[in-house]
Amino acid sequence: MAESAIVVDNVSKRFRMYHERNQSIKAAILRRGRAKYDEFWALRDVSFEIPKGSTFGLIGENGSGKSTMLKCIARILRPNEGSIRSVGSLAALLELGSGFHPELSGRENVYLNGSILGMSKSQIDDKFDAIVDFSGIGEFIDQPVKNYSSGMYVRLGFSVAINVDPDILLVDEVLAVGDANFQDKCMEKFASFRKQGKTIVLVSHAMGSLRTLCDEAAWLDHGKLQRVGAAADIVDDYIDTGHAELETTETGATRWGSGEARITSVHLLTPDNVPVVRARTGDQVTLRINFETSEPVENPIFGFAIESREGVYVWGHNTLDSGFLPERINGVGKVDLDIPKLMLQPGPFTLLASIVDRTLTHTYDFVRDALSFEVDLGAPRESGGFIALGGEWGSLVPGSPIEREAATPS
Amino acid sequence: MTLAVDLRGSRELLLNLTLREIRGKYKRTVLGQVWSLLNPVAQLATYALVFGTILLNHPAPGDPSGVDVFVVWLATGLIPWLFFANVVTSGMGALIGNANLIQKVYFPRSSLVISAALALLFTSSIEMGVVLVLCLAFGGSPLLYLPATIFFMLMLFCLGLGISFMLSVANVYFRDTQHFVSILMQIWFYATPILYPITTIAGRYPHLVPWVRANPIERFTEIFRDTLYNGRWPTLIDSAIVTGVSLVVLVIGYAVFMKFEGRLAEEL
Repeated sequence: MAESAIVVDNVSKRFRMYHERNQSIKAAILRRGRAKYDEFWALRDVSFEIPKGSTFGLIGENGSGKSTMLKCIARILRPNEGSIRSVGSLAALLELGSGFHPELSGRENVYLNGSILGMSKSQIDDKFDAIVDFSGIGEFIDQPVKNYSSGMYVRLGFSVAINVDPDILLVDEVLAVGDANFQDKCMEKFASFRKQGKTIVLVSHAMGSLRTLCDEAAWLDHGKLQRVGAAADIVDDYIDTGHAELETTETGATRWGSGEARITSVHLLTPDNVPVVRARTGDQVTLRINFETSEPVENPIFGFAIESREGVYVWGHNTLDSGFLPERINGVGKVDLDIPKLMLQPGPFTLLASIVDRTLTHTYDFVRDALSFEVDLGAPRESGGFIALGGEWGSLVPGSPIEREAATPS
Repeated sequence: MTLAVDLRGSRELLLNLTLREIRGKYKRTVLGQVWSLLNPVAQLATYALVFGTILLNHPAPGDPSGVDVFVVWLATGLIPWLFFANVVTSGMGALIGNANLIQKVYFPRSSLVISAALALLFTSSIEMGVVLVLCLAFGGSPLLYLPATIFFMLMLFCLGLGISFMLSVANVYFRDTQHFVSILMQIWFYATPILYPITTIAGRYPHLVPWVRANPIERFTEIFRDTLYNGRWPTLIDSAIVTGVSLVVLVIGYAVFMKFEGRLAEEL
């Protein structure tokens, strides 16, 4: 067994849910100092160990206690029973830029935030350029942060936090900050963290990324530890059984979600609006979600994902990515995703469809295996894998006569 | 003592939080830091006009300094009081004002209260410097007693910090605290012989004098009037009382704070 970075030993955390809180002295005197409250155990006898150098996921539904667990590890909350031991320095990315003072400049806030996270002035001096560089704030660093866009604000907060260079990094749902470029930088940073043998603890609802990022995971359900083990197993188990509203549709697809909006059907369409289950590489196609709602749904986000038949996540895209943000849907309707060229290699694929809320954390409806389809040989024609990139060969040195053969489907 | 260890460990954090307080407060104002001086000057001028010129309060001239200027006499009592009152009120709000930070990041929570007080120690030291110059200009000899003035400013800091440690957690549990305290501070201010000499009370209500003197801030006022206005060492009994009371209140305040510190994130 590898050395442990964090040992969680029989941890219980109790919250008080006040009926009528004694937030006034009059009330306190009238009730003789006793506020009425119910006790609610957010965590009950949870024990697990996180090996040093591993990436560990905490999964569970909303209210399962996973964020409470993370806050206990981060020492923001103190467990009522049990203990948590951690080896090495620790930094938590719970909310980015939370210590920023809006009137102070980015530079002043970097020093302030850095010291809140436990860095000394000389450490911040050393890292300052790296922090500014990573955030991409550039010349705005001497502007008051209240003039920053929300993206810049979060990016600067993230840059400071990640440059604290802790032995253990705790991350709560912040992977989805910034634009694609910044996200790539974050993923790189996480990768280099792992390479340096640092421990990462992640809380996320994005099962796909948890499955690929984490080595191990713990599954919490109503404050109790359900299972702990290899991340892939836990995530699969969780998806298969963890959701109360999971059901199987007539076509054998599994689905879950709260159901205010439901996906009634999903289609792959040709340019003439003919539903098909076969297409060729390079074809123009349309993906359609037909839906209905039981009540008006505000700010829905529609999404598609494609998996290979073996379950490899090939592609994902949602309306938030595109900035296509409907304010509200109500009743029966449909939404289309037009794909000018289907750049998939020949083979069998399945389509996943979802309707979630704006924060991507609440699922209205999620249908796995919503549609199975087959891709046939088309153009471009490339050797293998899942995707076609449509590359072109050229610029041969030294030059030679080139015989060109049309890449037509056989 | 754990407080000292705490302070050393988070020295840089304290410094940065204090700078945030000082710099952030007057950002985007034309006059900037000058406001921190204008405010007490305006209060001083108002009180001097009402209590000196209109109500004709006349404290005895400084003995042995011989200084006999009401404004200066008033300033030696009022500026320390304002320092104390500001430490109490701003420390009291320090936890609620930084609720977001407390819920998201772990760091020693006491540094929020301490840095609020330190920021005021900084601005008040400048004000005290001005008072010192005033005393000097009107013929006093405050420089000789400067070590005592500095020592008792620190004691006043400890007293204010100890009280604000307690009130800051009380304010998290009962939001009434801040409103209640602001009334209490008004009463405390007028109950302390700052705007009027204690001889006024002694003359008309002699039986009240022991009660007035039970107030540690009254002792502080005497001490600062001695070292700045009168130009003499404070009495031993006054010095012993305020030092003892300040340190005891600080220790109790810190103990209370530490007892509740662990649950702040969930109670806020």
